[in-house]
Amino acid sequence: MDWLFFGEISLAGLAMGGLYALIGLGFVIIYKATRVINFAIGEIMMFAAYLFLAFAGGMEMSPWVALPLAVLGGSLLGGVIEKVMIRPMLGESSISVVMVTIGIASILVGVVEMIWGADPQLLPDFLPRKPVFIGEMYLAPKIAYGFLIGAAMLIIYLLYFRFSRGGVALRATASDQAAAYSMGINVRRVFNLAWVFGSLAASLAGVLVAATGGLSPQFGAIGLSVLVVVIVGGLDSIVGALVAGVFIGWLETVAGAYLGGEYRMPATFAVLAVILVFRPYGLFGTHDIERV
Amino acid sequence: MRIGDAKQSYEADESIWKSSTQKVWFAVLLLVLAVFPFMADAYLLYLGCMVGIAVISTTGLNILTGFTGLISLGQAGFMGVGGYTVAWLSANSALPFPVTLLLAGLLAAAVGILVGLPSLRVKGLYLAIATLAASVFLHFIFAEWESVTGGMGGLSLEPAHLFGLSFQSDFEMYFIIVPLAVLMVFGATNIFRTRTGRAFIAIRDRDISAEILGINLLRYKLMSFALSSFYAGVAGGLFAYFYRVVTPESFPLSMSIFYLAAVIVGGMGNLLGGILGAAFMTLIPEALKLLTAALTPFYPNAPIFMSPMLEIIFGVLIVGFLIFEPHGLAEIWHRIRRFFSLWPFKN
Repeated sequence: MDWLFFGEISLAGLAMGGLYALIGLGFVIIYKATRVINFAIGEIMMFAAYLFLAFAGGMEMSPWVALPLAVLGGSLLGGVIEKVMIRPMLGESSISVVMVTIGIASILVGVVEMIWGADPQLLPDFLPRKPVFIGEMYLAPKIAYGFLIGAAMLIIYLLYFRFSRGGVALRATASDQAAAYSMGINVRRVFNLAWVFGSLAASLAGVLVAATGGLSPQFGAIGLSVLVVVIVGGLDSIVGALVAGVFIGWLETVAGAYLGGEYRMPATFAVLAVILVFRPYGLFGTHDIERV
Repeated sequence: MRIGDAKQSYEADESIWKSSTQKVWFAVLLLVLAVFPFMADAYLLYLGCMVGIAVISTTGLNILTGFTGLISLGQAGFMGVGGYTVAWLSANSALPFPVTLLLAGLLAAAVGILVGLPSLRVKGLYLAIATLAASVFLHFIFAEWESVTGGMGGLSLEPAHLFGLSFQSDFEMYFIIVPLAVLMVFGATNIFRTRTGRAFIAIRDRDISAEILGINLLRYKLMSFALSSFYAGVAGGLFAYFYRVVTPESFPLSMSIFYLAAVIVGGMGNLLGGILGAAFMTLIPEALKLLTAALTPFYPNAPIFMSPMLEIIFGVLIVGFLIFEPHGLAEIWHRIRRFFSLWPFKN
């Protein structure tokens, strides 16, 4: 066995996993606050990446201006989706809400295809091109710098939720809506903010992933990998999203490199199936007790 | 206006035919379905067959999702099992189509039971994701088990045959598909007049309460999975006979979502809704095609926008129905019917 090759593949996988962790975090924020499983998260990422393409490619802005703008656009989209389509579904069965997000995903794909066309596109280069070596191991610079930006964002998020007022409000709402409401927390605003923050994380990751792998209207399929991440980690666990994100990213890349691209999905879904059978609430999720 | 509708016994309340008018209308419907292929042109026949297949599959998913409350993203995978069974049997045996379709249904049901097994431990969205995993695995098997499924190239089929008759054209397929669809919807209607069907509904409404009432959850959930995938398998088999080729891409994940959407747009937990939803969702893309063809002389770009437009309409329908008309087309249908039955008296 070629350990150097394995090391390089693993490193690339872990870096990809870091981005999965960021997307998973976005997913978990939305789930924790509003109990909505967001099947449209991949499409929100895609939308933000296309916005970046429009700003940096079409309007020829500097990528470092375009990136925040695109991420802002993506998070705004999340906020609007919550206000217009998710809020009216409050109290409906979870199946219905999930279907609404699937419908939203379909709309976003259509809109993107209508504006930017169905052909795959490349994002303008904006990350440094100098190859990165860790010891002997080579790591593609796009992946390495993408990971660094993603990780920085991740740390900001974790600090924000731990210490800021908004983060506390969000955690309070997640643990008990009624109690949070009676303590003067504006729960509806928290719902909206959760979608904005969740989409923000996803949008940033979307631009970074698209910068390494290219962009097409099918980009949203990455949402399926994210779904595996959050189920394995536990839907309502931030730690779970981080651990599972890194692990699933690594597994996907290694399976793809050693067995072939067609094994990527089955490999991660096999882990998912095992987790569902033995730990249905994920590695770190809370086990709900149901009463009649 | 309809009067004299008071029920005096449980049998009357449970009966399929609530009134003799209903029997008459049903006879009219059957007559129309029987005459349709002789009047319709090739395109309408094609649509009729497509709707028939969609009705069978949607009814199956409705049993699982609408009546038992188990959401499934695996319907296309189960249809694929049926489709590949039929394709393989037609290449490797000389069995007539009723046998191959039955086997397709049974094999799909067996796979359905296997997929349903986690439903004892997980439910709701976790279950949906388990079925999603199942459809990923099934797609992988279709694509990679080349000795049986032909890999990415898929399999092509001989036409369906029975007693030396061969069913090749859409016209001939219509006489397999539509009677089967009628029969299977009728079967589903009857399921919900039995203990089994009522157990499904009880599980949907509150599974823990159902268990306390003495309903064996695992057994009935698996039964629901089996029934639903049996319908899917038969629909998939018909799909294979109709297009005479199956590939892994014939049964994509988007197809599962299509059927979920058909159930929702039609009305969850309503068989009539399933039929309406299946027909509506199948005809929407065709209507859009007609519209595009009509617009092309004025806007030469129209065909480019058709496929994204379809995605948007599809999404808007799902979201719109869930927010504004959660009981679906069936509710609209009932509203129209109520209007007529109350007619001179309500305003």
